[in-house]
Order: sequence, then C-alpha cells, then structure tokens
Amino acid sequence: MKLTGAQVIVKALEHEKINTIFGYPGAAICPFYNALLDSDIKHILTRHEQGAAHAASGYARVTGKTGVCVATSGPGATNLITGIATAYMDSIPMVAITGQVSTEMIGRDVFQEADITGATAPFCKHSYLVKKTEDLPRVMKEAFYIASTGRPGPVVVDVPIDVQNGETDFEYPESIEIRGYKPKYKGHPMQIRKVAVAIKEAKSPVICAGGGIISSGASELLLKLAEKCNIPVTTTLMGKGAIPCRHKLNLGMLGSHGSYVANYAVHHADLLIILGARVGDRAMGTAYKIAEKATVVHIDIDPAEIGKNIHATIPIVGDAGAVLADLLEIVEESSFDEWNKTIERIKTEHPQKYVLREESEYVNPKYVLSVMSDMVDEDTIVTTEVGQNQIWAANYFKTKKPGTFISSGGMGTMGYGLPSAVGAKIGRPESKVITISGDGSFQMSMQELGTVKQYRLGIKIIVFNNSRLGMVRELQKVKYCGRYSQVYMEDNPDFVQLVGAYGFRGERISRNSEVKGALERMLSDDEPYLVECIVDPEERTL
Amino acid sequence: MAKHTLSILVENHAGVLSRVAGLFSRRGFNIDSLAVGVTENPDISRMTIVVDGDDYIVEQVSKQLNKLVDVIKIKNLDDSESVSRELALIKVSATASTRSEIVQLVEIFRANIIDVSRNTLTIEISGDTDKVKALEDLLRQFGIKEIVRTGLIAIERGNKVINAGEK
Ligand SMILES: Cc1ncc(C[n+]2csc(CCOP(=O)(O)OP(=O)(O)O)c2C)c(N)n1
Repeated sequence: MKLTGAQVIVKALEHEKINTIFGYPGAAICPFYNALLDSDIKHILTRHEQGAAHAASGYARVTGKTGVCVATSGPGATNLITGIATAYMDSIPMVAITGQVSTEMIGRDVFQEADITGATAPFCKHSYLVKKTEDLPRVMKEAFYIASTGRPGPVVVDVPIDVQNGETDFEYPESIEIRGYKPKYKGHPMQIRKVAVAIKEAKSPVICAGGGIISSGASELLLKLAEKCNIPVTTTLMGKGAIPCRHKLNLGMLGSHGSYVANYAVHHADLLIILGARVGDRAMGTAYKIAEKATVVHIDIDPAEIGKNIHATIPIVGDAGAVLADLLEIVEESSFDEWNKTIERIKTEHPQKYVLREESEYVNPKYVLSVMSDMVDEDTIVTTEVGQNQIWAANYFKTKKPGTFISSGGMGTMGYGLPSAVGAKIGRPESKVITISGDGSFQMSMQELGTVKQYRLGIKIIVFNNSRLGMVRELQKVKYCGRYSQVYMEDNPDFVQLVGAYGFRGERISRNSEVKGALERMLSDDEPYLVECIVDPEERTL
Repeated sequence: MAKHTLSILVENHAGVLSRVAGLFSRRGFNIDSLAVGVTENPDISRMTIVVDGDDYIVEQVSKQLNKLVDVIKIKNLDDSESVSRELALIKVSATASTRSEIVQLVEIFRANIIDVSRNTLTIEISGDTDKVKALEDLLRQFGIKEIVRTGLIAIERGNKVINAGEK
C-alpha cells in the first residue's frame, strides 16, 4: 500500500498507540495536518508552540507515554525549543515533529527556514532531518524507541514538505536495531551485592531518590527497600513524590532549597545511596564534600551521570526499578535505631514551619499549600511555575503519589506551569489538576487559557501575586544589597477579570482566614477556577 | 594535562560530525585535532580525536560521546599499544644558498619534496606528532610560509581491531 509521508507519520503515531498530540499548524506541516483529519488521533491546538511542547511534557509525565508535539518550520519550530530543552533536562520522553522547507530549498534561507536539528542538537536526545519519504517509517519507529527507552528524552523529527508529500510503501518496522544505542537496564550483580554489604555495614545511611524512580515506576520498590532497612529517604525536586511526603522515613527535598533535616542527613551520612538522580548543583552543591565522608552508591541508567558530579564508590549502571528489585532480594533487614532517632530529633528541632499572622493583609503561600494538601485526594496533580512559588510548592505541598508533582526541575523554565497542566489534565481527565504560579510566570504562558477554554479543561489555577519577580528580587536583596533591578510588576492585570474574559470564575484573597473558603470553592467542581492570593513581597522562599 | 587519542566509530551520516564537534564545545572540552574518514565498511566512519585533559575529562568525553546515538564505539588508545601518524605539508622559503640544506633535512626525516618554485619548497612529511614537530622546528629558520596538517590518525598494534561489535 502506498502512503504519503504525511500519512506515514500519522500511521506511525497510531502504531505507537498515540491518541493525543499537541501542536500548532503552518504551511510546511500542512500535509501532516491534512492526513491527520483521517485519523482518530486527538489534536490539541495550543496557543503557542512552546505551550504544545510543555503540554506534551505534562502529558508524558502523568501518563508515562511519550508526549508528541508538532509545529511548522521556522518560527514554529524555534518556538518549540524551550519546551524541548526543558524536557531534555528533566528526561521526559517526547517526540517533536516539525515541518521543514522542501529538501531542494534547504540551505537557501527561504521563507520560514530554520535549522531546527542543528539548533536543538545540544539538548535533544537525538534528531532526524528526514530526506527521503521511504525513511520515514524507520525514523518514526526509532524516534519513539529512543525517546522512551534508556534515559528518556526528547527526539526531534524534522520533515521537509516534499518528504511529507512523497509516496512510499508503508510497513511499520516491528523490530529495531540501532547499533549505537543499547540501553542497559539490569545492574551488575556483583555491584548490587556490594550495596547490600554496604548497607549492612553502615551506621547512618540515606537514600537520595531522583526523577529516575518516578520514570522507571520504581516507587513501590523504593518504599520496600526504605522500610525493610529503615533508611531515611530524601528526594530531589524531580524525585518529589517518589516516596509519599508524609511517610515517616521521608526527609523532604534536599539541597539549597530543601529541608534542614534532609541536608543534615546527607552531610552526616556514612552511606549515601543515590537512586535515579544526577546530583545536580541545586541538590548537592558540595557533592565532593559529601563524598569525602560517605560511601557513595550511585545508581543511574545513564552511565555518563555516574562520576560526573560526584565520585561513586559503588557505581551501578541500570534502571532504578531493575536494580532495586535485585537488591531487595539479597539485602538484609536493619533498623538503624540510633541514626533514625537522631534524624527524628533534628526533624523536631528544625521543622519546616511558617508563622501565620491572622491580622496580616497578605496570604501566606506556605499556609495555602499546607491547607490544600489536606483538601485534595492522592490523585490530584500539581504543576508549578518557577520562582518562589515552585519552592513553596515543593516544600509545603504534600505529594502522596509518584508522578503527581510536575515541575521544571533542571531548566527552571518559567511558563511551564499552565501548559503542563493542560497536558496533565488531558492525560488524566479524572484527576484534579492544580497549577501553582507566581504573577510573573503566569504571564509567560497565560495565552494557554485559550486552550483551557477550547477543550473545557477543569484546571485550577493559584496565582501567588507578590507583584514581583519574587525569587530574583530575593536574590537581589541578599546578594546585591537590595539594589532591585527590573523585578517590579506593579501593573499586573486583574487576574480574576482576565480569566473572566475566558468565561472562568475566580476570586482574589488577601487574608489567611479566606484561604479555606476559597480553596473549597475552587475544588468544588471540575470547572476552571483561579484563586489569586495577594502575597507579601517580603515573604521568603524558605 | 596529557593528550589522549580517541578512536571513534560513527555512523557515516550527514550531521554526525557536527554533533560530535558540538558536544565538545557545549561541554567545554578541547579538541586538539580531529580526523575523519570512512572505514572498511562504507556505512561507518572513524574519527580520531586528540583531546587535552586529565582522566576525569577523558572519561566524561567518552561517556558523553557514547550517548550520541550515532556513535557506535569509542576506544581510548594507549600510546604504547598503538601507532599514530599525521601528515603535514610545509611550504618553506628557499634561496640558492639554503636549498641544499633543506633538501638534506628532508632526506634525514625521510620526508618528500612535492613542489618546487624559484623561492619555495613544499615538503610532505608524515610521522607521529613529535617527528612532524621536529622537522617544523628545524625548518623555521628558513622561513615557513604555510603549514597544512591533517589531524592525527592512529591504529592499534598487532591483531587488535576496533570494529562495530557491541557498544
Ligand atoms: C524563562 C525564564 N526566564 C527567567 C527566569 C529567571 N527567573 C527565575 S525565578 C524568576 C521570578 C519568577 O517570578 P514569579 O513568577 O512572579 O514567581 P515568584 O518568585 O514571585 O514566586 C525569574 C525571572 C526563568 N527561570 N525562566
């Protein structure tokens, strides 16, 4: 059967069991959009290509499937870039399909030509500029395989318009053979045995769980290990939810924006087990110091992460879940009573707390998030923006299930919150989806309110409005002697009216006594709702 | 910092060279030289890259290169277990009085003269980096007008081969 290249792409998506994609059309991708009309695949038209990429990322994170975004050549493709880079830093499986000018025009700077494979090379897992229609079935198969296996990540498939229009025999490859790409899942048994011994010999072990636990679906195994051996667990931002936040062994997030007890534990550990985490600078700024004192076990699917930021005494290349399963078979039970007592003491001496002033003219965001934690069920998905709002959410919202806390960890991309919520809500329509934002970040992607409206997505929006780019302001206060430069946003729009223009309800609150009522109203149905909280510009991140 | 020679098998596709080169600049690694050519298998090219760096850097370079889907295999060649060559073309000023001295040097180095003009000689030399450098140093006194050199290429001694088996 002969198909056009555009039809091949659509068929390939169907073979990959993709039923929802996110995108934005344009001339160079029109053949694809034409072919899409004959398919049951649901296409979500975002209001900006960056929104499509972030939505695909949010969708991937809540469904475990590969997210797909589509854009036209030139500006459409370049608008995807931030989304691709954000997915790359957080290891999110994604396939980005872009239109391109026709092959014989490439290189002549014709209208809407941009070298997207060149531009995205540093931050995509792999990319293809497809030159022949007959290559498309193989390329699509490989793209999905590469995006979703090993350490997941975005793959770019750039398809010139003549390649979309060309014809080829369609047969979707069943198997795949890429000689330069052979991800390894099973950890080395000898190394795993060493970990069991190290645990037995340790006095003060700590597990540091990263996003790898969530993407490999290894949370249950992690919990089993932690409980069997009574080892406290700290998580990175990407690992939040790997262990329920209220679990007694959970120490919260580590690093510069993390909890006291998590950092205490990591710095006093004699055994640090890093699981599916890359030891980023925000999590372990002084990794070398930690490594001087502790035996470091580093388990990661990406060999290049091992030894990059911390020296590993026992390195293990493999999938977090596969390694944990093997380890659980041989590791002995332990209690670490002394150590856990110390941890308990530190936890009570240095709780994560905030002062609540009832008479205040401001809403305390930490209080909002704490209260909200008790009002939502375990399937509720929270996405965040970047800035103080992200850290408040990371520290004060109590995530109960893995994969329900969605945030741009590695890239810290403002404008991620609302579009990723769009993807999350489409991926899990039965879950409540709440996006936490600052007034600055919200305005970076607020055009996606249009997407929320068009697809009737019951997304709940909380805007912590401090009329500032709060986190940068705080940095300028502390590090630049309070010389504030370009961090004021005094002339913010009326956010409640703004969503009103889209037909959504909302309210503004400025007292802590109003928080519960507002959240109750917000959560009472499955309609979009915005709660704008007036926040003290002096409210600190930690 | 020591120099390391990496022998890398890559897919013979468009764009692979820029991916490899881009990776070096993005991660802040320095390339001393880079030579590419197709192998005995026309689908596969071999890159020989000389990097300057300590063991940490070389390990990082290898691991990051290995992550590229188009990279099939990498080997860090041990100096004593491999032979290496580079080729240089050196255009040097020559006058009636210096010409014979230059020709003598060329003979000692077993280099070749491949072009002659009234006031220049162009010399072809191949050898390991030290040999090429030694000749260059000796020719400098006569006035070097231009040097063109390939990157280093290297191959393992004896029966050992690097082929596209398991990564
Ligand atoms: C795209 C992008 N641009 C700039 C930054 C730098 N940045 C980090 S936090 C921040 C302020 C965010 O302000 P807001 O969204 O109001 O949140 P707040 O910190 O006040 O909670 C900025 C500008 C960024 N992270 N991302």
